[in-house]
Amino acid sequence: MNDTSATKPGRLMRLAPALLLTSLIGIVTSAGPVHAQSAAVEGQKLAFDRGKGNCLTCHVIKGGDLPGTIGPELKDIKSKFPDRNELVAILNDETKRNPQTVMPPFGRNRILTEQEINAIVDFLQTL
Amino acid sequence: MNLRPAIRLASVAFGLATLLSAALPAGAADSADPAADAKAFQNYFTTKFPKLKLADFVNGPYSLNEDMHRQWVEKEEFPPYEFSLEMGKEMFAKPFKNGKGYADCFDNGGIGVRQNYPYFDEKEGKVITLELALNRCREANGEAPLSYMKDEMAALTAYMAFTSRGKPFDIKIPNDPRALAAFENGKQYFYTRRGQLNFSCASCHVQNPGQRMRAEILAPALGILNAMPIYRSEWGGMGTISRRFTSCNSQTRGVPLEPQSDEYRDLEYYLSYVSNGLPISGPGARP
Ligand code: HEC
Ligand code: HEC
Repeated sequence: MNDTSATKPGRLMRLAPALLLTSLIGIVTSAGPVHAQSAAVEGQKLAFDRGKGNCLTCHVIKGGDLPGTIGPELKDIKSKFPDRNELVAILNDETKRNPQTVMPPFGRNRILTEQEINAIVDFLQTL
Repeated sequence: MNLRPAIRLASVAFGLATLLSAALPAGAADSADPAADAKAFQNYFTTKFPKLKLADFVNGPYSLNEDMHRQWVEKEEFPPYEFSLEMGKEMFAKPFKNGKGYADCFDNGGIGVRQNYPYFDEKEGKVITLELALNRCREANGEAPLSYMKDEMAALTAYMAFTSRGKPFDIKIPNDPRALAAFENGKQYFYTRRGQLNFSCASCHVQNPGQRMRAEILAPALGILNAMPIYRSEWGGMGTISRRFTSCNSQTRGVPLEPQSDEYRDLEYYLSYVSNGLPISGPGARP
């Protein structure tokens, strides 16, 4: 039924093993309190991971390879979004701000957990 | 590589699909007037890319970027689809066990007819694509159907496209409410967001043509089927329209449909109709 070569993921999203890996990371990070700095490091991993945030598909982000051009470059985030809740909201469901956006609703569609979103926001605030 | 866990996960979110009507080219959203739809659709792209002529759109991502266009010209000198084209030509000429051949199943012996597919069959009340017609031809003559994805099916459609190069897409919508419904259904499929990532086909091929998604330049939806089938370096081989539809669906964590399901046939009908007037350029080569 499923022609495997046809469903072979493109460069876009090679996700199956990545999903496994990051769900393990998810368990680890939710096990105890995390300091902001290690959370930011974790957040960067999640943001770059093709099976999780995969933010580089659309955004240029410092430190990331092969970025796409669909969204704006993510930089000077703290000055643009002084309130971290704004960033959490964008990650949760950007279609609330902009119904036409192509940015996936990471929180609403459970692509990322609340903790993962918070870690990514910590990372974004370092940019 | 195993994609199944991801597919299973995505199916949970499948029900969340919503219609992305606001991203439609202006005026195309709620009219049931295919001719007006096609006009608005073509306008949207020619306005977005004012330097391109209509016929340029058939080269997909290669039309949008100078460096890539140069790559395309180089590739056409030693086209990677040549092998498939040769194979298609031989297959097409070789009689079935019963002595008949593909030529007996098509108008004009199957030569120079690609631009008329898909068509709406009023007897059956459904859309008939070229891939489907080829397998029906085989089955009617006692031959086993081919896989829709690549290899032989790609070879046959490559040959039929090649003999039709330069002929403008000429898709008709007969005066039959079922034909109009098939067109509308295909259009709805194209603009409906689905899957965990909440993408529609239009998210990428209408909203973001010319943008890079990682390293890939997104092709515009106008003329997107004219070059089919294609050789893709990334696939290391040829792929049909069925292969491209299913892989775009699964790459975006959606659930691909069965090749030649009614939805895909309607989708192909819609996408071909709105590219009416643009020349067949297949087979194509892509990065
Ligand atoms: C498929 C494309 C896509 C993906 C994947 C994506 N984004 Fe976006 N993002 C966009 C687009 C397009 C915008 C522009 C605003 C809009 O469309 O509403 C945007 C806007 C943003 C903004 C606001 C930036 C500004 O300067 O206004 C932030 C912050 C952001 N994205 C973060 C992320 C993070 C973090 C990820 C990964 C977890 C991500 N995005 C994944 C497409 C994407
Ligand atoms: C998240 C992005 C995305 C979505 C959603 C998407 N595609 Fe694609 N599509 C791509 C990429 C990347 C390619 C390869 C680069 C290119 O040719 O555009 C591609 C290529 C294609 C091609 C071949 C274009 C060519 O000239 O070779 C067709 C046809 C196509 N897509 C149709 C569809 C259809 C139909 C849908 C919806 C069922 C869809 N796509 C959804 C990203 C997407």
